[in-house]
Amino acid sequence: MEELIQNLKHEIIESLNLEDMTPDQIESDTPLFVEGLGLDSIDALELIVLLEKKYGLKIDTAEEGKKVLYSVRTMAENIIRHRNQ
Amino acid sequence: MKIYIKGTGIVSPQETFLAGDFPDEVIEYREARYLKCIEPPYREFIDPMTVRRMSRIVRMGVCAAKKCMQDARISMPDAIITGTGLGCIEDTEKFLSSMIRNEERLLNPTPFIQSTHNTISSAIALAIKCHNYNSTYVHRGFSFDNALQDGILFLHENPGSNILVGGLDEITDHSYMITSRMGLWKRQSVNNLSLLEYDDRGSLPGEGVAFFTLGTVNNNNAYARIRATDIQYKPENPESVCLKLSRFLADPGADETGPDLLLLGLNGDPHSDSIYYHLHNKLFKDRHIVYYKHLCGEYDTSVSFALWLAAMIIKRQKVPDVIKLKPFETGEIKNILIYNHVRGINHSFLLITRC
Amino acid sequence: MSESRVFITGTGIISAVGNNADEVFQALKTETSGIGRISLLETVHCDDLPAGEIKLSNRQLREIAGLPSGIPCSRTGLLGLIAARQALRQAKIDDMDACRTGLISGTTAGGMDRSEVFYRSFMDDHRRGRLRDVVTHDCGESTERIADGLSVRDYVATISTACSSSANSILYGSRLLKSGILDRVIVGGTEALTLFTLNGFNSLLILDRNVCRPFDRDRNGLNLGEGAAFLVLESERIALTVPERILCEVTGYGNACDAYHQTASSPEGHGAWLSMKKALETAKLQPDDIDYINAHGTGTQNNDLSEGIAIERLFESGIPLCSSTKSYTGHTLGAAGATEAVICVLTLANQIVFPNLNFNNRMEELHFSPVTTCRRDMRLNHVMSNSFGFGGNNTTIILSGYSHEDLH
Repeated sequence: MEELIQNLKHEIIESLNLEDMTPDQIESDTPLFVEGLGLDSIDALELIVLLEKKYGLKIDTAEEGKKVLYSVRTMAENIIRHRNQ
Repeated sequence: MKIYIKGTGIVSPQETFLAGDFPDEVIEYREARYLKCIEPPYREFIDPMTVRRMSRIVRMGVCAAKKCMQDARISMPDAIITGTGLGCIEDTEKFLSSMIRNEERLLNPTPFIQSTHNTISSAIALAIKCHNYNSTYVHRGFSFDNALQDGILFLHENPGSNILVGGLDEITDHSYMITSRMGLWKRQSVNNLSLLEYDDRGSLPGEGVAFFTLGTVNNNNAYARIRATDIQYKPENPESVCLKLSRFLADPGADETGPDLLLLGLNGDPHSDSIYYHLHNKLFKDRHIVYYKHLCGEYDTSVSFALWLAAMIIKRQKVPDVIKLKPFETGEIKNILIYNHVRGINHSFLLITRC
Repeated sequence: MSESRVFITGTGIISAVGNNADEVFQALKTETSGIGRISLLETVHCDDLPAGEIKLSNRQLREIAGLPSGIPCSRTGLLGLIAARQALRQAKIDDMDACRTGLISGTTAGGMDRSEVFYRSFMDDHRRGRLRDVVTHDCGESTERIADGLSVRDYVATISTACSSSANSILYGSRLLKSGILDRVIVGGTEALTLFTLNGFNSLLILDRNVCRPFDRDRNGLNLGEGAAFLVLESERIALTVPERILCEVTGYGNACDAYHQTASSPEGHGAWLSMKKALETAKLQPDDIDYINAHGTGTQNNDLSEGIAIERLFESGIPLCSSTKSYTGHTLGAAGATEAVICVLTLANQIVFPNLNFNNRMEELHFSPVTTCRRDMRLNHVMSNSFGFGGNNTTIILSGYSHEDLH
């Protein structure tokens, strides 16, 4: 889990071009959107592509997206759940 | 009504951005295939969360627009109008190739969003929260002229306002390769400062961003006035260009002795350049010629770079030697005529006057 | 000197619901949508993403447009040429040199329909790809193809402000007439369905996998469409030489920027409210004067809510009849503003309000519903058309009926 979280942080930085940021600056539990990291709806779409491409995790609805992409930890949890299915 | 150029912001293959003036030394590109812009310090102008998604042309555009507003000491323009021949081609290519490679599945949306031609004008509006008039013109060699015409019309409709008008185009490896195959450029690399000395067909491609703050009230700091602007589409022959130009110059008032200087779009292609010489011989034999495309290269909105150059010359009352076709001494420069054409199809005329 | 009025003397349209104004009128009247399975564009999404596709091949379009086969032309150019020719015919214009005439076209992707064919070969080997497929790439090319087809010489311009492109053509053309720079101008827009736009909108997850349901509580995105529409605008002086041709008048226009987000509209619809308000101001009309709104109404969650809120804010309790005709044509992007302006001309000419298809339930956040059945025998004087684009480029046009008795 922790390894996956670290990997995800790297991938988020890379795919969203967060050039000034290091993985340590992203807290595993803080919300990624609006108040937390300040990401927006376009970033959410980018992360949806990332999750499906890299981890085979498909997000079909906006509601589901909100839950899965809430924080790095929720992303990791959903990936693990998907793997175990 | 008088239209003043009150501020400029220029990104080009020359050191024009930070100096905000004609550079002391021009950059010589000894073996150039194409000229690329010297990129401005983005982070001083755009916040990091915004800049991360922007492609090169959008970054350059937003920086130049902000610099231009600083120069004119305005913070909120009453209109933002841009012109671009090809728009955001870097992101267009990015989305196209990923769409084809991924067989239309799982595509990143960002390059698509940034591929639309209005990306720059809306990014400027977004950066400064400007809810005012906003438009983008995308007509080949007329893109900047259309934008300028709209801007001047806007100023007539809204006297006292200040607006932002910009022309911009970018070059990419792919766009260079494609347009090379179309035969637009010289086949070998060239020295930009000797652009007019090659005999073979084709020009030297380039790119650039030029923004202007225009207003109807002079703040005593204005560069110059835009006296008149017009376009001509697919003229039948050089004679019809002469005719159009004579009428163009007569329109703003025949009280003057005509332009003191001709700023022409000579681009090193003998075929394309012949019309400039024809016009000079026929209408302005005793006037001096200056040119600019050896500094910025050929691109759809290069006439915006020419407008900046003309404004600079008038403000400083100085003509840099490097743009003179033949050496000459300058007296007072009251009027400059800019004439440019793109591929013989889109012809632009601008008359710039001392304030 | 008073400003000239701006009259519409001709319209032309080609869209998924018809290849000319008469066919479009029939489809609208009989509530027949043009949205369905994609059969001409070669895409992996043909079975899952419906669209408003014009069921004519490029070869057929070329024949209708009267363009010889040797001349490279994008589908965008062909559609535009067909619609613009119709507009000229209706306005009975045959002499282009009779007065200063311009052409202003709006498009978002230009000749992308050919570029994507070119790029497929070019990508892996830069020596490959037929140049004739890429010479039509830029937006201005389609405009020049149309200008040359019509012999327009005096002024040409191309506008690209995403989905409001051709609404801005109408706006800019009207201003050029009012200021006396031109006497007559053909304004509109053209857009072919392309893989680029289809996949672009799909990557934003805003395409409905079923037919779109503008303003419905359960709406789930938009359907793309393709088409072209042009209108002939004439100054008072020129239009009144043969006044019988006058169809209606462009009385108002407004352009504003939402400046909220690159793709999303602001929750309070500030830009939409501003563009509608500015249009009322140029028309010197009050909200009460508007009899019908042809909404932008794409069918996305975001647009319809934002637009609906802006309409409520501006019109308060007196909300006019309203519908989105994108449920017929699909969203034709750069051509949408002109397409809907032509529909508004039909609305005024026939005094019929065309309904919003596929509407079942009102949105919880709004207090009004769109018109869901054809309303005939109306007394409509002023109609409003909204076009809102990415980047917050919002434009509103107001058209007003013209009574020929006014002349006497």
